[in-house]
Amino acid sequence: MADRSISVRLHQASPIPLDLDFTCAPGDVLAIFGPSGSGKTTILRSIAGLHRPAQGVVRSGAQTWTDTSAGVFAPPHQRAVGFVFQEYALFPHLTAAGNVMTALGHRPRAERRVRAEQLLAQVHLSSHADRRPAELSGGERQRVAVARALAREPAVLLLDEPFAAVDRDVRRRLQDEIDGLRQTIDVPMILVTHDFDDVVRLATHLLILEKGRAVAWGTLEELTSRPDLPWVRTAVGLGSVFDAVVGRSLPSRGLVELNIGGATLLASDRTLASGTAVRVRIPAREVILANRPPEGISLHNTLAGVVTEVHADAAFEHVIVQLAVGEIQLLAEVTRDAVATLGIASGLPIHALIKSVSIDVVHSHAT
Amino acid sequence: MDWSALQVSLSLGLGTIAVLLPFGIWLGRLLAVREFRGKLLVEALVTVPLVLPPTVLGFYLLVTFGARSPLGEAFTAFAGQSLAFSFQGLLLASAIANIPFVVQPIQRGFEAIPSDVREAAACCGLTPWQRFWQIELPLAWPGILTAAILAFAHTLGEFGVVLMVGGSIPGETRTLSVAIYDRMQAFDDRGAGIMAAALLAIAITALILTTALSRRAVPRRG
Repeated sequence: MADRSISVRLHQASPIPLDLDFTCAPGDVLAIFGPSGSGKTTILRSIAGLHRPAQGVVRSGAQTWTDTSAGVFAPPHQRAVGFVFQEYALFPHLTAAGNVMTALGHRPRAERRVRAEQLLAQVHLSSHADRRPAELSGGERQRVAVARALAREPAVLLLDEPFAAVDRDVRRRLQDEIDGLRQTIDVPMILVTHDFDDVVRLATHLLILEKGRAVAWGTLEELTSRPDLPWVRTAVGLGSVFDAVVGRSLPSRGLVELNIGGATLLASDRTLASGTAVRVRIPAREVILANRPPEGISLHNTLAGVVTEVHADAAFEHVIVQLAVGEIQLLAEVTRDAVATLGIASGLPIHALIKSVSIDVVHSHAT
Repeated sequence: MDWSALQVSLSLGLGTIAVLLPFGIWLGRLLAVREFRGKLLVEALVTVPLVLPPTVLGFYLLVTFGARSPLGEAFTAFAGQSLAFSFQGLLLASAIANIPFVVQPIQRGFEAIPSDVREAAACCGLTPWQRFWQIELPLAWPGILTAAILAFAHTLGEFGVVLMVGGSIPGETRTLSVAIYDRMQAFDDRGAGIMAAALLAIAITALILTTALSRRAVPRRG
């Protein structure tokens, strides 16, 4: 199969400094995460051809969209990009179906209406096909914007803070919808966000951006178990994120078993069915370290592991300890005093103690 | 009632719209969406006819159109008649006098289109030309309509420029507003009154038309 990944390399000093290099494969969701003003949106605009970087290369599969050294720059309408804008940018004079049909110019005229209705059905908006944007709620507008972005049969789907303009409840449903999309459309998805909740729920890969520079890029598991990302630590707190599968459900005890890379954790939940794929986040602050497994304690999770890294940053009060438990890596945030008392150093066998209620279990309701 | 004056006035009004609207849409959009050197100067020049006394504007246009000016000579060689004191000369003068009334509302109309909507159109695969016809023009429509009505109404009422450039040749350059002045000079209050009422009726009709059409225009922002 031909490589349909998108690869991006950007370098410029102004107007917004950028210095980064990444690729994203079909089926993957790359979240670009960073403080506002770090250049996140400019990256998406550079991919779409709305911004011409001083230096850079943007390739989609075999096509070169931008290559500044070769003088190549395809205008936006020649790039198969699905772009969901932050404020959706719907055409106010057209109906929902009209908005979607605008992006169907590559299809024969007679097919467009039918195809637009199919796409609106895909985002559960069939009944609103003939409404203008002003007659739609924020969440409905976002779905029209998604349908319009998909109409182009894009080679890459770009989402710019797609949930910023909706309230919490709608946000959850839209997140599930986007997650469901990932399973049906087989293209790279790049999501710009400043909300870590979006990252935990949707991303497979993560790029941390600070002042236009990619300070880290990798899989979500790998990056969330890194102890040395100060901006993430300040903004959201560190904590490893894993994909897990629900094992046995123990409703009488109010618990479920989660199988993560060979380890089994007990989390507090009554609703999840056995076999469900979930995502789990274990905040570093909630992990306690012990030299010996404790006894006579209300705790459900005691995991035996080995210390792999001790990260003491002068800018922070606490120390981040990274430990390997089976195939996964956990982070624990502990005091300097605890490090000294327990003699924590790389290679030390250790026990991680995690309360079942401290494990964040994220379950997508995508269909 | 001077029917030929009414006909000249209406022809001049509609002719001005026909001549000026394409230019106004081009320049108004350019000023709205592009940043370029000398933009401030262009914007100032566009406003000049607004602040200049009509007689001053008329004087300069007359000098420019005169038989001894390059433009006047070229027109005479081409059309076999002089540009000054002709309907064509009057139409050109009227178009120039109306530039600010047309360009500014159109510029505001295009400026009101959010840049992300413009960009979304590009990301939908529309070429620049398709974007203009399918997205920008419909959205800037209220501004363009305002421009057309303003130009029409202003042309009907224009007096100084018409008198300077056109004179008062019946059936050629004598407009209603000039005819009213002529009637008053001849102490024909009744004739002047009828024509004034006709102008008033046209103005009110134009305004009703504008309101009705702009009601049909779409809500600004989705």
